[in-house]
Amino acid sequence: MDTKSVQRVDTVTIRFAGDSGDGMQLTGNRFTSVTARVGNDLATLPDFPAEIRAPAGSLPGVSGFQLHFADHDILTPGDAPDVLVAMNPAALKTNVADLATDGTLIVNSDAFTKGNLKKAAYDANPLDDGSLDRLRLVQVPITTLTVGALEDHDVSSKDKQRAKNMFALGLMSWMYSRPTQPTEEWLRDKFARQSEIADANIAAFRAGWAFGETTELFAFSYEVHAAALPPGRYRQITGNQALSYGLIAAAQRAGLPLFLGSYPITPASDILHELARHKHFGVRTFQAEDEIAGVGAALGAAFAGNLAVTTTSGPGVALKGETIGLAVSVELPLLIVNIQRGGPSTGLPTKTEQSDLLQAMFGRNGEAPLPIVAAAAPGDCFDAALEAARLAIKYRTPVMLLSDGYLANGAEPWRLPQVDQLPDLAADVGFQTEPNHGDAFWPFQRDPDTLARPWAVPGTAGLEHRIGGLEKADGSGNISYDPDNHHHMTELRAAKIAGIAADIPPLELDLGWDGPQARRGAGSELGGRAEGTGPSGNGGMGHPDDPGQPRLLVLGWGSSYGPIRAAVRRARQRGARVARAHLRHLNPFPANTGEVLAGFDRVLVPEMNTGQLRLLLRAEYLVDARGYNQVRGQPFTSQELTEVIMAELAELAELAELGEEVPA
Amino acid sequence: MTTATRKDFASDQEVRWCPGCGDYAILANVQGVMPDLGTPRERIVFVSGIGCAARFPYYMNTFGFHSIHGRAPAIATGISATRSDLKVFVVTGDGDALSIGGNHLIHAMRRNANLTIIMFNNQIYGLTKGQYSPTSELGKVTKSTPFGSLDHPFNPVSLALGAEATFVARSLDNERAHLAEMVELAARHQGTSFIEVYQNCNIFNDGAFDAIRGNQANQIRLEHGQPIRFGADHEKGVALGRTGQLRIVDVARAGSEASAGQPGEDGREVVAEEDLLVHDAYRDDPGLAFMLSRLAHTPHGPTPVGLFRQVSRPVYGEQMQAQLDDAVARQGPGDLGALLAGRDTWTVE
Ligand code: SF4
Repeated sequence: MDTKSVQRVDTVTIRFAGDSGDGMQLTGNRFTSVTARVGNDLATLPDFPAEIRAPAGSLPGVSGFQLHFADHDILTPGDAPDVLVAMNPAALKTNVADLATDGTLIVNSDAFTKGNLKKAAYDANPLDDGSLDRLRLVQVPITTLTVGALEDHDVSSKDKQRAKNMFALGLMSWMYSRPTQPTEEWLRDKFARQSEIADANIAAFRAGWAFGETTELFAFSYEVHAAALPPGRYRQITGNQALSYGLIAAAQRAGLPLFLGSYPITPASDILHELARHKHFGVRTFQAEDEIAGVGAALGAAFAGNLAVTTTSGPGVALKGETIGLAVSVELPLLIVNIQRGGPSTGLPTKTEQSDLLQAMFGRNGEAPLPIVAAAAPGDCFDAALEAARLAIKYRTPVMLLSDGYLANGAEPWRLPQVDQLPDLAADVGFQTEPNHGDAFWPFQRDPDTLARPWAVPGTAGLEHRIGGLEKADGSGNISYDPDNHHHMTELRAAKIAGIAADIPPLELDLGWDGPQARRGAGSELGGRAEGTGPSGNGGMGHPDDPGQPRLLVLGWGSSYGPIRAAVRRARQRGARVARAHLRHLNPFPANTGEVLAGFDRVLVPEMNTGQLRLLLRAEYLVDARGYNQVRGQPFTSQELTEVIMAELAELAELAELGEEVPA
Repeated sequence: MTTATRKDFASDQEVRWCPGCGDYAILANVQGVMPDLGTPRERIVFVSGIGCAARFPYYMNTFGFHSIHGRAPAIATGISATRSDLKVFVVTGDGDALSIGGNHLIHAMRRNANLTIIMFNNQIYGLTKGQYSPTSELGKVTKSTPFGSLDHPFNPVSLALGAEATFVARSLDNERAHLAEMVELAARHQGTSFIEVYQNCNIFNDGAFDAIRGNQANQIRLEHGQPIRFGADHEKGVALGRTGQLRIVDVARAGSEASAGQPGEDGREVVAEEDLLVHDAYRDDPGLAFMLSRLAHTPHGPTPVGLFRQVSRPVYGEQMQAQLDDAVARQGPGDLGALLAGRDTWTVE
């Protein structure tokens, strides 16, 4: 038999979809791992149902995993998959519309039984009725082939059937020339105590590979060369992992014990799980009786001298609001991590959205400002956590750290930071040890530069003091109902947070240069760890009459970073002139934000909400920012954003031709 | 170094409860106990929520945190779980602890966080000017219940026992020696100690505890190892009936006409002294303590006070610390570089 020819491709997006019992997440993760090892750049997007076990074969029970990998740097988990592996009719039905026009559809034909078709609400079998003609349909009896390959294996017939995901993985591994060794080793390791199961899974995996090699259904396989990523040591990381590590790193760099008070909630629970594993770092995790106790215990721990954190999602932030307000009032360092999901109320627990920005900004009674930091990419959650911790410690304030379901579960290669080059937070801790007002200790006597108050932890003799949620007299901290004092304290609290603008990097403008360094250098653009040179920025100082200066700025925040960058890149490839910037700090905004915005005829703000950042920008800078807003539970595709950018540019050009004033 | 006195624990803040409020006596009492504990004041933290009682930390010259309504046990748990070197008190009221903060209270107790929770029970909302509370008697007429309250009240001692508290006691604001003894016992307890203190709110619920506050004969003093007796003359007692129910009985007196087994005055059964229930505060099974708590659902007649139950159970913060120590012993102190790298890395040249 001839070995089939191998075609080189530069970028591929594949999606595994099946019943939530079919092991699609595991299959996808495995493929990702091997792909990372091959040196491709990649980004993933898991998509699981809200129900843990919806009825087998049903539409709500479909679980998917999308992976985009390439020989160059990529920014998103891919728009439309080139290949869809559908393990049953329900998976086909819920996913097929996303497949690229000339995409390849591989189905487990065994699963297209009458019963399964009915559960997926198909009247006719879509494999026969011509409805899939636009696609390259490849029908593989995956279950039969798997069970057949395992004929001689001493495992239950249920286990044989279950191994069909490994068959699919083997087939895809063949198709994209992935090495088999790591997966086989991993299976051995995973089923170390059940060698029969390990053997069966490996046999199924090999059978899938061999099927691809021999069947006439596939004319050739593909290879995707390693991407030219900046040199360094890499690993694969999800957003929640990176965020957990960022918290541990922050505690280590601050020389403080880490305390997490949390209550389980999707999609934040994985941070609790992750941190609970690292007790040898001195990490205490407290699974509280409710969301309120989670933040309450964290605030108590902050008072006691810990780097204190509470992790949750939007509904949990709603419950924590009063305690966060207390933290604003008593001015203690506290991190509130919101892994946003679709709302309102319970909303879409497993889907992504960035609709809690205004909640972060305003979701408390009274005038209760706090800094807001948002992560932009899975690996960036690490830097965002460090930055949030830096602000909390230095300014003795609760800080809201925003991530979302897409970042939390999405994975990408992550270049390992040098531990000794991480920011040193210890100097900012500076526990108070001495009286600061003659012989007395005044808990609200502020640092003249930062306006931060002293952090005097219990156990420090001579600094006994009382704090609380009642208004405090400036300086002494004694209860005060004096009207002028309250006004003054309100202003002081606001000035402290506003002053942070001088302590964060300016908003960087990407005017066109968009090389691979830029992405790994996201740290620099987002004001985190500086790496490389990053995109060139001129602080928005370009003159509007300069023909080189783009007239459209696309401004994003949070997880839309990747899709926006990819879209801007595509638009530029089409010859468009468009500028781009991304906000890491949402409160306060970087000091030059207004100036940057003023340098453009039009500002476009794509958000997975109905225009929350836009509202803030309009209020703060009186700029007529345009929104592109979608809340579909899924990240933007770069394709749709490209079209939006092109449409905006076309409109601008038209207006210019008519000689009309562009409303700025 | 001179030994500390009560004054060392009083802050310079003017105390602002209503004149005549029972809180004053409790404050003086707690301040008085502090020097005996031998804990330096910088290692003492008072945490409170909202309510009249919640002002307490401001008056203590220790570390203090006046927080928000109901949340003190949660905040205090965060302090005590991370700092075993501190002595943490929670001062709360019946509304704060049992209504808005009920969830935190019961969970603190079941965890056995190292906290001393002193709950001032005045059976009313004082700070919000007189609405009924979760311990107000049924039918209570207040501003929010002009036709009488409909909610069956909590019995805080029963609740604490049911929530697995390892130390449960009750005392009264005006019983100086008794309260001091309970506070000191509670403060020395390892784990969560819970004391209910009957506290007179002379503005909104004056006299709520008159039946026992002004009448020691109605205080059933629980003393470990002693037969449970009370009354002006110790003429009454508590006995376990054949049906497993606790009953208040008359104690047979030498030379008295009524003899054991016969009904005495008021139709009460007369029981020989040796058949009275002997209080066992350290019994592992909480059943008897619970039955004692049910002798009076509300304090309008003979009501048990004192230490209901004290048992030993691992302390939350210490267990947490032990897990950390274990992890370090097993894996060595955390290595950040190794953590970040994980098990699967590759190098791009
Ligand atoms: S309202 Fe009642 S409880 Fe509150 S301070 Fe006045 S007397 Fe005391």
